[in-house]
Amino acid sequence: MMRFLLLFSRQGKLRLQKWFTPMTEREKKKITRDMTTMVLSRQPRSCNFLHWKDLKIIYKRYASLYFCLAIDNQENELIALEVIQRYVELLDKYFGNVCELDIIFNFEKAYFILDEFLIGGEIQETSKQMVNRSIEASDMLQETMEEYMSKPAF
Amino acid sequence: MSDVVEKTLTALPSLLSLDSQPGSTKLSSTSKLGTLIRGITELTSKHEEEKLIQRELVSIKEQVSSPNTSMRQMKELMVRAIYCEMLGYEASFSYIHAIKLAQQGTALEKRVGYLAVSLFLNESHELLLLLVNTVLKDLQSTNLIEVCMALTVVSQMFPKDMIPAILPLVEEKLNHPKEIIRRKAVLALYKFYLIAPNQVQHIHNKFRKALCDKDPGVMTASLHIYLQMIEENPEGYKDLAASFVTILKQVVGGKLPMDFNYHSVPAPWLQIQLLRILSLLGKNDPSTSEIMYEVLDESLRRAEINHNITYAILYECVKCIYTIDPKSDLLEKAAKCIGNFVLSPKINLKYLGLKALTYVVQQDPKLALQHQMTIIECLDHPDLIIKRETLEILFRITNAQNVTVIVDKMLEFLRINKDDYTTIDLVGKVAELAEKYAPDNEWFIETMSTVFSVGGDLMQPDIPNSFLKLLSEGFDSVEEDRKLRLFAVDSYVSLLQGEPGKLPQRFLQVISWVLGEYSFLREELEAATVLRLLAKLLDMKNTSSETKSWVLMAMTKLCERGAGVSVAQEVSETYSSSLDTVLRQRAQELQHLSRHSELRARVLPRDAGLEPLEVDSSLSFLDGFVSEALAAGAAPYKPPHQRQEELAQAKALSLEPYGLSLPISMSSCSIADRQSPTLLSISSGLSGESPDLSHKGGSSTLKLDGVKRLWGREGYLAQREPVEESARVEVPSPLRSPSQQGEADSSHSQTPIPTPEPEQEKQQLASSLFVGLSSQSSVCLMGKSEPTPQRFRRKAKSPGSSSSASEKTSNSLVSTPSTVDNLMCNNLLDSNITSELVVSSLEQTSQLSQGLAAANGTCDAELTDSDVKGSSPSLCGDNAVAAADPAPHEDPCKDLLLTSHLPAELSGLSHSEITPLCSNQSLDLSASHVQKEDSLVLVVFIYNSSDSDIQQILLELDSEEIEVSCVCDSAVQEASSHSVAVCQYSLTVKTPSVHVEVVGTVSYQFPAGTPQSLQFSYKLPLTCFIRPLTVSTEEYGTMWLDFSHDTKQNLTLISDGQEPLAATLNVLKKKLQLHVVEIIGMEGIVACRLLQDQPCLMHCRLNAGTLAVWLRSPVPALPDCLMYHCQRALQEH
Repeated sequence: MMRFLLLFSRQGKLRLQKWFTPMTEREKKKITRDMTTMVLSRQPRSCNFLHWKDLKIIYKRYASLYFCLAIDNQENELIALEVIQRYVELLDKYFGNVCELDIIFNFEKAYFILDEFLIGGEIQETSKQMVNRSIEASDMLQETMEEYMSKPAF
Repeated sequence: MSDVVEKTLTALPSLLSLDSQPGSTKLSSTSKLGTLIRGITELTSKHEEEKLIQRELVSIKEQVSSPNTSMRQMKELMVRAIYCEMLGYEASFSYIHAIKLAQQGTALEKRVGYLAVSLFLNESHELLLLLVNTVLKDLQSTNLIEVCMALTVVSQMFPKDMIPAILPLVEEKLNHPKEIIRRKAVLALYKFYLIAPNQVQHIHNKFRKALCDKDPGVMTASLHIYLQMIEENPEGYKDLAASFVTILKQVVGGKLPMDFNYHSVPAPWLQIQLLRILSLLGKNDPSTSEIMYEVLDESLRRAEINHNITYAILYECVKCIYTIDPKSDLLEKAAKCIGNFVLSPKINLKYLGLKALTYVVQQDPKLALQHQMTIIECLDHPDLIIKRETLEILFRITNAQNVTVIVDKMLEFLRINKDDYTTIDLVGKVAELAEKYAPDNEWFIETMSTVFSVGGDLMQPDIPNSFLKLLSEGFDSVEEDRKLRLFAVDSYVSLLQGEPGKLPQRFLQVISWVLGEYSFLREELEAATVLRLLAKLLDMKNTSSETKSWVLMAMTKLCERGAGVSVAQEVSETYSSSLDTVLRQRAQELQHLSRHSELRARVLPRDAGLEPLEVDSSLSFLDGFVSEALAAGAAPYKPPHQRQEELAQAKALSLEPYGLSLPISMSSCSIADRQSPTLLSISSGLSGESPDLSHKGGSSTLKLDGVKRLWGREGYLAQREPVEESARVEVPSPLRSPSQQGEADSSHSQTPIPTPEPEQEKQQLASSLFVGLSSQSSVCLMGKSEPTPQRFRRKAKSPGSSSSASEKTSNSLVSTPSTVDNLMCNNLLDSNITSELVVSSLEQTSQLSQGLAAANGTCDAELTDSDVKGSSPSLCGDNAVAAADPAPHEDPCKDLLLTSHLPAELSGLSHSEITPLCSNQSLDLSASHVQKEDSLVLVVFIYNSSDSDIQQILLELDSEEIEVSCVCDSAVQEASSHSVAVCQYSLTVKTPSVHVEVVGTVSYQFPAGTPQSLQFSYKLPLTCFIRPLTVSTEEYGTMWLDFSHDTKQNLTLISDGQEPLAATLNVLKKKLQLHVVEIIGMEGIVACRLLQDQPCLMHCRLNAGTLAVWLRSPVPALPDCLMYHCQRALQEH
């Protein structure tokens, strides 16, 4: 099971945070601080896996943005790396050539995409097409509410 | 920083103007959020940012509380509030509005509302209750989007207590025509299963339906639940193994729609999930494993594309193959696969390769040998993570020969490591290895000193504790003990003479204890010198008050004569006015005891660490005080949890039939991750430490406990054995010639070719690291039972001081098999030898026992007899009694003879072993207790072994804990020559204690002689007085609330076969005669009574792999005693 996903910039600015298990604000802040210092101090070309307490931290850098995913100890590290990759692909597909700014200015969209992809710390939908279809279906509500209501989008 | 900001700023205009990007939503330049974000980007200091956000929050607050704000505006405000929270500023005023937005907004606004709620609140937030109605409404909506949103939020977080309210609606969604709804519903149920498993217990058949769903997505979702359930109870789902195999076959064969492909690999997540399930099902189960071999082989074969995702599947596959029942050709392929990982130039794969090696190295040491050069390289890897993982492998291949090198490497790592968690873990492992394999005293003490200084105050407290225990309990040889202690004293004195200010507090505490206890061993060392050194510690400003009290205690032990006394007086004067009460107490003790040397000698006898301490856990000596206080009007004591409960009851209605659910963490449920092997071995009562046990606590990465040494007798190694073996016999050190190495590594192209200088160094290191691995197996072949003598083998703890012959015999019987166990792991023994070794050591065992039996002058048959008796469960408590007795060997025929003397009315009932009580040249007393339904009868057999009749045998029994009443008409008996007289007593417990003891005197007189008397004692476990209590669940509920004395503890679960809860309760029922009232899901309620009719209720609950037990009774001390017996019963099982 995944525990949390953090997106932060090279300066350590938090861009997105998703906690899959209940945590207090203080814990969240402490973890965020720990993660940014730990991940940002890593040398390039070193291993993408870290230990933190009893969790495994999988991180990957895309341009200026770091994706940092915490998983339980018995989980598979490599597949977690692919979870990050798939999320980036989903963002890319939605925003079209995604960059950090897309996520900064449309972070709620990034959350919606994440919620269609992961739920409660588990993979919900692995198909790129499916995730995008459901996001777009919800997005369309804005323009064509009436039209949409008459025929369900799924 | 600056260049990124610049880039950001230059990118802004273009970003803001683009509207036509597919999917990208318009970001109007006037958007408030946009303004805010840009505002923040332009700022230069944290302080300015803070000011800006505070302003922003004030404005948001104003707007959200205004009645004129539309839902559309509210949505925008929520997004801004989320942003502020992400930056670390609290916006709690907006929480309630987020809920409102989810409730009242249209679909799109609702979505933001739900998002805000899921980001702001967590499961336990009280505001979440307000969301329940909204969720209910949306679940019933005809709009699919709304249903989806409701299910999404439910599966992220939902108040546990409110699950019943929405469960029917969610269940209904399992039949929804749209697969996305079904899938989300399954995930919601999974969430419920995680947070409240008993709430969804009744819908297990629905899970099966989801598993059979025609949509693969829904089926995949249901696997989350199955993985969880199978992890908890693999036995219950064996029937599904074939289905999982079929599914995996279809997936691997590419039968799923293309949609599920990921980088042209079919449904990798699904594959991995299935592999994990299969490994759980196939573990220790040959027949289930059998059906998996084909598909595993297929998976290995198919995963050929060079992509991360295929490696992920391969890794899971390898783990599965090594977990399930072994199959030689699969293992060979898996081993080759691990080779590919380890030798990969990609660092992530190398890391996983090392992990895989760690996982398999105990079963397959040859793999470690094969990759020794890679392991050596990784040991010096610049990335600490790789280094750490390599140490993990080394930890698992440590033996007596390579321990110094490996511990050196670990300590080296510890010195550069900065992460506390790793330090704690590694320090524990070093301590474990040091204790297990220490080659000599100096090394042991020095290593432990390093452990204490590096581990400092972070390390688990049981490391210093078990170290001190080891020192004080000593080992087999007195001389060795003395040397070890002496060396410790010497080295600590020199440490204190150096710079003690740098040492961590824990270490100082250890030092003071050792010096206080053993510095007298060094005769030329004056007590006053030590006292001065210790006093110096008190003056250091960073010494904690806890350490100070350790120091003062040590001084108290040392201040016996001359110069020492004055130092002690000085110190005690300083601290007797300390504000810290503990310190003041210690100082007072020091003051008084240093003045009165006779008193000191009595209170603190020298070298008395071994004397058993009598601890009155019920604090009965305070009874007087308590009753006085009660008489004076004090309120009776209530334990904290009870007080809390009452408080809770006063506040809110309790929905459960009785009480609260148990707290999750209790002291006994793993105080820490790490348990020292010695601790375990003490609790299990065995002298040998099986590595399986020791790794259980020590490893934080892989759970290897319970992993059977799968390496079967016909494993593939056997076929390759002759070649390898001959190589080893010729070259005992693993430093093989390149050609041989090439041969061994022929499957891998990257055989390291030795280059002159640095390579040679590595080779040397390799030979020292891997030394034990190859040479030991040949030692074993020669049939030596113990090639790795464990230096610090603890003495077997004997219940009493007497060490009778039978006790030794039984100990050796117990410990010999465990040494065998030890060997099989420690040596990383080769498969084909295993069987021989087992056979040979079994032979040895029996020889040994025969030898011992012969030495004792008893016959073989009798030994097996006692052995059988010992293992029979009903006699659990009696063993101790028998062992403590001076002459437990009883002629079996006499036993029979006595049995025939059992009174007729008792003869049908089960009676305990007939235990000899005492004897002299003329009388032989033995006793047995018989459990009747409503009483316990003690039968005393008086056998007159003399040639003349004895009259006037008077038997008097007395006990503090039990009421004894005589059943037979007169207490006076007579016994003619060589006959048996029988007395019966009925026993009832007055005050419960773990064991109750009856003390007795028999006085008798020969016709022509003086009166004589003999004394004896008879010990019974409390369990003999326990009877089942039949009550209904309702009665139980009312009784539960009435009882005031209780205790809680976590006990180990028994999971052989069926349901763990039922199995555990069955064992308890059988051994302790309890009545299982009802088992409700994860909870069970049990009742029993103590004769005559003092009830005791037990509530147990499955909790994270342990059994949380809560006992309640109106009788004080009864819950504690029963808890002890429950624990023992489960341990012995």
